[in-house]
Amino acid sequence: MTDISMNTVTTPNPATAAASGIPPPTRFSLWRWLWSDKRALVSLAYIVLLVAAAVLAPVIAPYEPNQQNLMDMLAPPSAEHWLGTDDLGRDTLSRLMHGSYNALYAAGLAVGIGVLIGVPMGVFIGFVGGWVDEVGSRIIDGVLAFPPIVLAVAVTGALGIGLTNAMIAVGFAFAPVLARTMRAQTLVVKNALYVEAAVGFGASRLHLIVRHIIPNAIQPVIVEITLMLAVALLAEAGLSFLSLGVQPPESSWGGMLARAYHYVEVAPEQMYAPGFAILFTALAFNTLGESIRVLLDPTVKKN
Amino acid sequence: MYGIPGMVARRLVQLVPVMIVATFVVFSLVYLMPGDPAVTIAGDYATEERVEEIRRIYGFDRPMLVQYFAWLGNVVIGDLGRSLFSNESVLTLILARLPHTILLVVYALIVGAVIGIPLGILAATRQGTTLDKIITSVASLGVAVPNFWLGILLVTLFSLNYRWFPATGATSFFEEPAKALYFATLPAIALSTGVVAVLARQVRSALLEVLGSQYIRTLRAKGLSSGSILWKHGLRNVAATMLTIAGLQVNRLFSSAVIVEAVFAIPGVGNLISYSALNKDFPVVQGVALVLVLVVIFTNLIVDVLNAIFDPRVAAST
Repeated sequence: MTDISMNTVTTPNPATAAASGIPPPTRFSLWRWLWSDKRALVSLAYIVLLVAAAVLAPVIAPYEPNQQNLMDMLAPPSAEHWLGTDDLGRDTLSRLMHGSYNALYAAGLAVGIGVLIGVPMGVFIGFVGGWVDEVGSRIIDGVLAFPPIVLAVAVTGALGIGLTNAMIAVGFAFAPVLARTMRAQTLVVKNALYVEAAVGFGASRLHLIVRHIIPNAIQPVIVEITLMLAVALLAEAGLSFLSLGVQPPESSWGGMLARAYHYVEVAPEQMYAPGFAILFTALAFNTLGESIRVLLDPTVKKN
Repeated sequence: MYGIPGMVARRLVQLVPVMIVATFVVFSLVYLMPGDPAVTIAGDYATEERVEEIRRIYGFDRPMLVQYFAWLGNVVIGDLGRSLFSNESVLTLILARLPHTILLVVYALIVGAVIGIPLGILAATRQGTTLDKIITSVASLGVAVPNFWLGILLVTLFSLNYRWFPATGATSFFEEPAKALYFATLPAIALSTGVVAVLARQVRSALLEVLGSQYIRTLRAKGLSSGSILWKHGLRNVAATMLTIAGLQVNRLFSSAVIVEAVFAIPGVGNLISYSALNKDFPVVQGVALVLVLVVIFTNLIVDVLNAIFDPRVAAST
């Protein structure tokens, strides 16, 4: 994500920069950006930590996530169990760490599917134009009307229950959003003077798409992708809460909330940790997305 | 054709391909089913005749497009099939539950507008102050908070601790409107956070843009008070933005409603579709997906028409 943004920033188009009289940009430094934008710094640091916790969970989690201890059920936070235990005596912190893997996997899967379908489709229909664009745009409108979770539930109802099936469906619902953005950007770039010049110099279609259209159109897409990670994460939590996502005994934040809700009158503190995990992670993706938007678009002023 | 009727007519024509795509997606869900869909739809204890009957109804032996139009023909006359469990008509099941979901979504939109719009106005008129920053931060939380978790927290606080609101359930709005609203209050608040956030942000930026424009500067120079400028000119321009956002939010609200309904045990279509998905009651799942996508499409049509009524330029340009 940051790699792509660095590319687009360090290789601005000289033609547009010269034409609009913008001084040549200085080399982009990730550190300088993060230092000047503390929200982005905190969000990125949180996400890096979360990824580390997710990947290293089997090594660093204090307990096995499914290790039951029926002598120690719904225990409040203590020295042995920092976040307490659930209704089967399983360590909440360990389950939270293992659940973060599922959350990130689900978000990455849905957004990945959305990108794989949406980006090429948007570039294609925008580039070809004519009736292809007409038909493509109607398909975009039609799929865009689906509430993502409704589509995900419907697909699990047909294909079978499971996290992967549900998140592929969420990705399918994301695709038209990206396709629409990509199409609009492609249309703008396609008609730009420097692209016309490239055509005049005999640039091939593939060269135009790979070297000019995609690098210029990708900026708003990067922002959208970051914001979508938050939406996908919330969708995973919700679907797992309905037991249509991650299947027990595997741990997920949404599933942990579903169990905690059953015992809310006995152990109300059990519903805080998973809820805050979802909230903070979604907040981190959103904040990072907004920061990248400001970084990539100099006309957006910071609040 | 010109004016509002012409615009509605054009929009309806434009809707045809969109509805074909949406219905085709719902129809093609049947192809995702593993194995012989006729056997799956018929259920575990179906007789051989029942499987044959389903195969005939769905026309699984015919080409896909023929099947689609046959299915669409049934949909148009209101035949969405029967539940595999209760054998009830899917349309009857949905129509009995849809009012609960619509009430929840509309109520959430209203709660969102009642909280979000004043926050946006407040932030815009106090731009750059601490209050503005607090409102902007609250808006960030509003999009990130899982609605169903907020629902659980509201139940714990206001139902279990204070006993101000019922924890779960719903009553019919048509029979006991006051009681239905009472039951729907906590769920609607839980569902409204996204609307609050988006409205607060958009109203703020739309208002800042209008208040900074040339004609407002002219009005100010002519000696109009800030109050009357805000109410007479600023907010009228914001109305269109709010309508459009409400239209866009409907889609997300139905998404979140599916989960919020589970928290509050509301017998709406959200609970119907998740329950049916868990129990592999495919015709019901397909029916709910179809009805909800059509509701979203028509809501956006209504939003477009209302926008055109408020702003004649919209009708002329589309």
